[in-house]
Amino acid sequence: MKTPLVKIEGLNVAFDGAPAVRGVDLAVHPGEALGLVGESGSGKSVTWLAALRLLPGKASVQGRVSLDGSDILSLPVREMERIRGGRIGIIFQDPSSALNPVLSIRRQISEVLALHRGMSGSEIRAEAKRLLDLVGMPDAKGRLDSYPHEMSGGQNQRVMIAMALAGQPDLLIADEPTTALDVTIQAQILDLLQQIRREMGMALVLISHDLGVVAENCDRVAVMYAGRIVESGPAATLFDTPRHPYARGLIDALPTLDDTQRLVAIPGVVPDPRDMPRGCAFGPRCAYAGPECLLDSPPLRAVAPGRRLACARHNLDLAGPKSTTPNSTPAEVVS
Amino acid sequence: MIRYILTRFLRAFITIVLVVTFAFVVLRLSGDPATIILGPEAPPEAIAAFRKSWGLDQPVLVQYIQYFAAIFQGDLGMSMRDGRPALELVMERIPATLALTLPALMLKLAMGVPAGVYAALHQGTAFDRAVMVAAVMGFAVPSFVLALGLVLVFAVNLGWLPSGGRDTIWHAILPIVTLGLGGAAALARFTRSAMLEVLGQHYIRTASSKGLAWAVVVRSHALPNAAIPTVTLIGFLVGSLIAGAIVVESVFSWPGVGRLMVVAVANRDLAVVQCILLLVATTMVTSNLIVDFLYGALDPRLRHGARANA
Repeated sequence: MKTPLVKIEGLNVAFDGAPAVRGVDLAVHPGEALGLVGESGSGKSVTWLAALRLLPGKASVQGRVSLDGSDILSLPVREMERIRGGRIGIIFQDPSSALNPVLSIRRQISEVLALHRGMSGSEIRAEAKRLLDLVGMPDAKGRLDSYPHEMSGGQNQRVMIAMALAGQPDLLIADEPTTALDVTIQAQILDLLQQIRREMGMALVLISHDLGVVAENCDRVAVMYAGRIVESGPAATLFDTPRHPYARGLIDALPTLDDTQRLVAIPGVVPDPRDMPRGCAFGPRCAYAGPECLLDSPPLRAVAPGRRLACARHNLDLAGPKSTTPNSTPAEVVS
Repeated sequence: MIRYILTRFLRAFITIVLVVTFAFVVLRLSGDPATIILGPEAPPEAIAAFRKSWGLDQPVLVQYIQYFAAIFQGDLGMSMRDGRPALELVMERIPATLALTLPALMLKLAMGVPAGVYAALHQGTAFDRAVMVAAVMGFAVPSFVLALGLVLVFAVNLGWLPSGGRDTIWHAILPIVTLGLGGAAALARFTRSAMLEVLGQHYIRTASSKGLAWAVVVRSHALPNAAIPTVTLIGFLVGSLIAGAIVVESVFSWPGVGRLMVVAVANRDLAVVQCILLLVATTMVTSNLIVDFLYGALDPRLRHGARANA
């Protein structure tokens, strides 16, 4: 097994005492595309913002995040700044608010080129234009002097990607990169990310609440729920045979074209971080939950090569018909 | 763009006309200058003669039209008290007022903006809380109370500075400080909240995620955005350079426009009051006009006449 590019170990993040991430272990290998899936508030974005030390000061972060083996959570600020944008780039959900409204596109891209690649003057101009061409921006040269409000959401996201690529990072974190965009633009942006990743040999972490998007674009997937990873594995197998009832629920909640069945929603809501259930966090919403699920939070264990699962009832067969109806008692389901 | 500029100018002009009209009407309703200037004992014939000579016996509408006709010929009327042109009287006083308000403006900017920015960057610290307390006090304490407090401490108790008059440069210090502190407090509070708002925006996180040092993020990404709302308040402060010192000039017996205004109102010296109000309105409207054009320079979203339809 190759050594991971970034390895997160035992990451805990809390805001004012309320846990947002609870003991996350995650590794990203060079050139790999890793998907991180979960509902809003499941901690998927917070995990990576914490890794890059971009959370506000009131957040308490514990654990270890190593890049090429050295812990970046304890690095001096100066060295951390070289990693941000230089080794690890990040793009955000809503490109229109993630770009500075009063600075030109040229200025916002140039900053990265000057900082991480020591470029200046005409070199910067040429490279900024090349980057905009690379991300498929029409009329790249003319667009350099535009401002974010003069462009569409999709174009702004292309600028964000160009900006993140400007530092030639080894890893790009894409935090819900298409959520704020039109459906037609979403596919274009995802294709662009794929193409760039292949061309640049860069690793990609795709954060999304959409399991379908992740399954299509990633090699490996980790599903998060209430601040923990509940299941991880190769995208194709996880999508075909989810083992965790929550992962199963996410897949059942996806609409399909040929399916006349109604969508199956997961009953209930995500638990309040200040008032976590004692056992499995998904327990209260889980149709398969048994008495053991209420006692302890199940650890993430290897259940097959490359597959890990955090479920006390890991021997469950979830392959049957869609069945996350809240009324079925656990006993009936198991029998 | 030309349409945008013309619209702004037209709007500014209408504002000035409205202010002058309002002042004109209110002054005509607020008592007869003849009885005040000649005294209550004056014989009726003298009063009638006075009113006739100043045109006060005409219908208000006629007076109004005559007043505007004169303004457009550069005639702002004569003072009823000493018969000199009102504009001349006011112009004489402007240097004295600016001698207070200009340094006070510098003081406001030099104290208020850095204090607000620093407080926002260190939110929740002792300095931030101190700035907030000072800012609330600056709002809550009327300038005459602050003025009297400063006089009590520095003139009466310590005897370091004179308490009033305009003989030496030392006489200007207490009025300048009084004016400056109040404005600095307001500006600090405003700058702080503008800065806090900007620091919470996503593009600040983006700037950090690019690897920029925090100082660069603040200077290149936060300050240009926070400047936009702050400029509005600064424009207002500039606009009040002429009329912002009425109370302070009275407390410190400073012979500026403010004191002239107080005396002229008490005497119903119509032309002088109207002349001052016209001047004040013009300064305020002009500085607002400058602010409007500055917005375009500071904020690309407002360029190319984007606001013309607003």
